[in-house]
Amino acid sequence: MSPAPVVSHSLADGRWKPLEILFWLLPVAAFFLAPGYLVLVSQIMIVGLFAMSLDLILGYAGIVSLGHAAFFGLGAYTAGLLAVHGWGEPISGLFVAAAVAALAGYLVSFLIVRGQDLTRLMVTLGIGLMLFEAANKAAFITGGVDGLSGMMVGKLLGVFEFDLAGQTAFIYSYVVLFLLFVVLRRLVNSPFGLSLKGIREGGRRMPAIGADVSKRLTAIFTVGAAVAGVAGALLAQTTQFVGLDSLGFARSAELLIILVLGGTGRLYGALVGAIVFMLAQDYIAGLNPAYWQFWIGLLLIVIVLFARGGILGGLERLAGPLLKKNRNGGKP
Amino acid sequence: MLNFIGVLFDGVAYGSLLFLISVGLSVTMGLMNFINLAHGAFAMLGGFVCVSLGLRFGVPFLLALPLAFLASAAVGFVLERTLYRRLYRASPLDQVLFSIGLTFMSVAAATFLYGPSQQPVSLPEWLRGQVHVGPLDLGVYRLFLIAVVVVVTLALGALIERTRFGAQIRASVDNQQASAGLGINVSRVFSLTFALGSGLAGLGGGLGIDLLGLDPTFPIKYMVYFLLVVAVGGAGTIRGPLLAAIVLGIFDVAGKYYVPEVGAFVIYGLMVILLLLFPNGLIGRRS
Repeated sequence: MSPAPVVSHSLADGRWKPLEILFWLLPVAAFFLAPGYLVLVSQIMIVGLFAMSLDLILGYAGIVSLGHAAFFGLGAYTAGLLAVHGWGEPISGLFVAAAVAALAGYLVSFLIVRGQDLTRLMVTLGIGLMLFEAANKAAFITGGVDGLSGMMVGKLLGVFEFDLAGQTAFIYSYVVLFLLFVVLRRLVNSPFGLSLKGIREGGRRMPAIGADVSKRLTAIFTVGAAVAGVAGALLAQTTQFVGLDSLGFARSAELLIILVLGGTGRLYGALVGAIVFMLAQDYIAGLNPAYWQFWIGLLLIVIVLFARGGILGGLERLAGPLLKKNRNGGKP
Repeated sequence: MLNFIGVLFDGVAYGSLLFLISVGLSVTMGLMNFINLAHGAFAMLGGFVCVSLGLRFGVPFLLALPLAFLASAAVGFVLERTLYRRLYRASPLDQVLFSIGLTFMSVAAATFLYGPSQQPVSLPEWLRGQVHVGPLDLGVYRLFLIAVVVVVTLALGALIERTRFGAQIRASVDNQQASAGLGINVSRVFSLTFALGSGLAGLGGGLGIDLLGLDPTFPIKYMVYFLLVVAVGGAGTIRGPLLAAIVLGIFDVAGKYYVPEVGAFVIYGLMVILLLLFPNGLIGRRS
């Protein structure tokens, strides 16, 4: 997606706007008003978190990745394997998953900073496929195509059990998503976040002002991988199942679609994209998965040709004059 | 030793098929800087044209192949004129998204029209079976395949090195602005080259049904192979992708034959290593 129009080159002031607060109250409202949809909304929040992690490296740093699901799947399998082998405590599981994904991201980032767009694309794609093959072949550890089942996830904080209605899972996902969002919001509004945008806009010139491009790309790629790992671990713990598809190319591609649908380079785009995509999928995919793929493909082409910037980018253009004062949040 | 020669032979056959399909991608990437993930869709189109012509209208295989070439070339030409050219100056992400979208649509459309199963192909009698060369058993179809690719490659080389149109392609790859300034209709060169590349992919798709199989997920299943040939071989040349395709074909076949439990690792590992060692491809783009 074409990078979000850079409106301001100064640091955002970091204050929370009323619309943002309203946005974060939405899930709370859903919790009380739509108890039948808790599972779906939890999934949306997890996918939103995952999309946010891609936004960090793609929307902010401008690295096109076709294999981001690798880190999601790593986190999911880490949390899943821990729970299968008796370490059912969820929160420490999240941390371990994040650490494993971060380590993988750190190692991969050295391949990423070396190449240009095509090489990056190929390397991320290749690593995603390699992990997929590994999980597929190592069926004695991962369960192969049948998926990893038999997870025994313990009580959250030792008190709240994961129930069938999904209340605990919902609150757990919401809190994790919100906490990470606050951290990432701070991160992208920091001088470091601004330097990432600088790299995206003109990577070759950044060294001239004393910014170490490779180091910054390594850092953000590692953070992105860790967040993706948390998202994967969340999904594994709340559904108590890890499928091989959590590593697949289709998931990476779907994630790209979610992100560009919402709008890149603004964190909220990832969340809005996840909401719209998942609701539409829930509604349409029941008819026939093949048709769903057709419409998704068409949607992508239309976005690229006519609606660069996605939903939030479009809204921003529509409401441009109204939002002149507080554009940095990029909220509808 | 005999085994090894057999594997080598199969690898070369497989590699030449990969080359035939990917060479168009290499040229479009070098010429237009377009990362076209939907290239496999043109190959799939060629495959389905072959299957349909053969099964429904009884067209002989050898006649169906050029028709597959024409069909893919025509579709490529139309898409280039209407959609692709709008994105030449777009960011790589836009191009990737656009071509993923196109790939998804082609997969869904093929599923709708042909169903999700593998398509059969009926080869003529004289292309089946084995031929005995000394102690070796070589597949007749694979020999045929290699022969076709050799002919196509020679023709392609002659086209690019000896003809006026080829000179225009080379000039446009080197410097679009200067070429346009010299009166070359660069946009026409783009369209024709894209059509040619798509057509060759279609031809490869038709030829490859017997080796690669043909089902609606074809463009996604082999996407990485086609990209790999171009990324390793270097965009914008013919020799680079040829060398890369043969190397990849041999390694892939050998990997699957000797260490089947490692599966596709060989090829992905090789790819990451080659990309790290030669970030600009085995044979650099002409300068």
